[in-house]
Amino acid sequence: MSGLALQNVVKEFGSFRAVNNVDLNVPHGTFVCMLGPSGCGKTTLLRMIAGLDLPTGGAIRLDGDDITHVPTHKRNLGMVFQSLALFPHLTVGENIAYPLRIRGAAKEDQKKRVDELLSMIHLTGYADRPVAKLSGGQRQRVAIARALAISPKLFLLDEPLSALDAKLREAMQVELRQLQQKLGITTIVVTHDQREAMTMADTVVVMNGGEIRQAASPIEIYRRPADSFVADFIGQTNLLEVQADSTGRVEVLGQPIAGLALPAGASKGTLSVRPEDVHLTAPGAGALTGKVTFVRDLGGTIETFVDIAGRQIVAVSTPRARPDVTVGQEVGIALTPDVCVVLKK
Amino acid sequence: MRREPPQTLGDYAPLLFPAAMLTIFFVVPFGTMIAVSFFQRQQGGFYTPAFVFDNYARFLSAFFGGVLGFSLLLAITVAICCVVLALPFTYMLTRMARKVQVVWLVALLSILSLSEVIIGFAWSTLFSRTAGITNILVALGIMSEAKALTPSFGAVLTGMVYQAFPYTVLVLFPALVRLDPTLTEAARTLGASPLKAFFTVVVPALRNTITATLIMVFIFALGSYLLPQLLGRPQHWTLSVLITDQAIYQSNMPFAAAMAVFLVLVTLGLVALTVIAGRKGEAA
Repeated sequence: MSGLALQNVVKEFGSFRAVNNVDLNVPHGTFVCMLGPSGCGKTTLLRMIAGLDLPTGGAIRLDGDDITHVPTHKRNLGMVFQSLALFPHLTVGENIAYPLRIRGAAKEDQKKRVDELLSMIHLTGYADRPVAKLSGGQRQRVAIARALAISPKLFLLDEPLSALDAKLREAMQVELRQLQQKLGITTIVVTHDQREAMTMADTVVVMNGGEIRQAASPIEIYRRPADSFVADFIGQTNLLEVQADSTGRVEVLGQPIAGLALPAGASKGTLSVRPEDVHLTAPGAGALTGKVTFVRDLGGTIETFVDIAGRQIVAVSTPRARPDVTVGQEVGIALTPDVCVVLKK
Repeated sequence: MRREPPQTLGDYAPLLFPAAMLTIFFVVPFGTMIAVSFFQRQQGGFYTPAFVFDNYARFLSAFFGGVLGFSLLLAITVAICCVVLALPFTYMLTRMARKVQVVWLVALLSILSLSEVIIGFAWSTLFSRTAGITNILVALGIMSEAKALTPSFGAVLTGMVYQAFPYTVLVLFPALVRLDPTLTEAARTLGASPLKAFFTVVVPALRNTITATLIMVFIFALGSYLLPQLLGRPQHWTLSVLITDQAIYQSNMPFAAAMAVFLVLVTLGLVALTVIAGRKGEAA
């Protein structure tokens, strides 16, 4: 199979299992984002793919070849570090030419390739500048260009945009995705920013506790999260306990919801409803009734916090569909089965 | 904190203490030495104040020139040996566990507590024919019979490198600890073997530190006068040995002072050259 395959990969630090039996296939040319809270094992997994850490068990294959024990410098990959790790003693051009120089490329070829890459990252004419004189965004681009200089088989990025300010980060996400699509290179990005993952990835891999909780397309992850961890980690959601009575009728907070069914045999579950799917109605008209506790008007969106029997539900609406509510008012909440996702426990 | 330029004379008061210390312990003795270097020596006596260039003139002979040349060469060799040995050692040390680092650093610091005399006698025993390390080589069948390795240039060099090595490690250690470990990792992902990464990233990134360390060890080694006497032949004696000889045994203070001043000037000149060369390299 062409692409990257992780087979039962395990990494233990002493008695701590940082990565636990990870299986993942990354077809050639795919953009994968590994997403998870800090300490979930995503960076360790990336470092094992790069060869900077050795797995305790399992195998890593690239285009069918077992590369588990191939030293880093023979893997022909490009990696961008969180600290960027630009060489402070070299100029922009020399930094980008480093992987070519190490491989003994001719001086003219190095220069040609550096010029190509500089124009690709919109920094033509910066070759002779010291890296210390660049802005954060420019350094970011240089680190990317350096990693791509040899047209690597694998492009790995460890929290590459975390040092940039919010606006620049958003712009770089789009730029990085467009660059990857143009080059068709297999790319793996580690991030804890779910917005970043949603923007760039073909496949989002959500990790927690050293395990993959779900690996799917961004919209799939958002619309059909595999479990309550994924649902809660990706975007905002309302998680509600549901129960089925003996007749199979499903109740949420003591109120029956018509048309909703739990998986066969289950009598309890968790329901995930995205805030934008929660519609406010007149009291009594919806499935549930509660009291408005807070309205957060952000201009672009309006979040209404509703308390129902001690549980808080958030509803998000656009200014055009502004709900006519005030704090303390009773409102109804409409829950239709099509917006509810029943999660396995 | 807001910093204002000093307004009144009183604002300069904190400078007084360091200035006084420098004057008492550096400017006055060094000034005295410069003055003495121009004094007239009294045969059989001490010296009388005068202003003559005799002491400097006597120094400008092939013999003293040769000794000066040897001293500088020895100090440069010691400095290069120390840095070449200490750089990879310290680099590996910074990548070890904290506990291991502490053990090594304590061991190195304990070497600093040894006096030059003890180091000298220890090495002369180790290099001797009767009780030296060659006996181990004979026992292992590598050598046919034990022989004395001292006095020789190699013995002087070994002793001095041994003495300066802990200082070298202690000077390099903080810079290497601060060096971002992802720099070498980045070099490896970009295709450099660990050895290549060390020479293309670690060494160039630490160029200024390495230059400073070379200068420090060079100056340290230049002042050594016991080890060359204990481990070397008279042709391995440094200018410091001759200065001691003139000052203490020949009672020729003016000549000793002249040699010391000359040594200081040559040293300063070499250090200045190194710094300028380093600056030029930076600009290029």
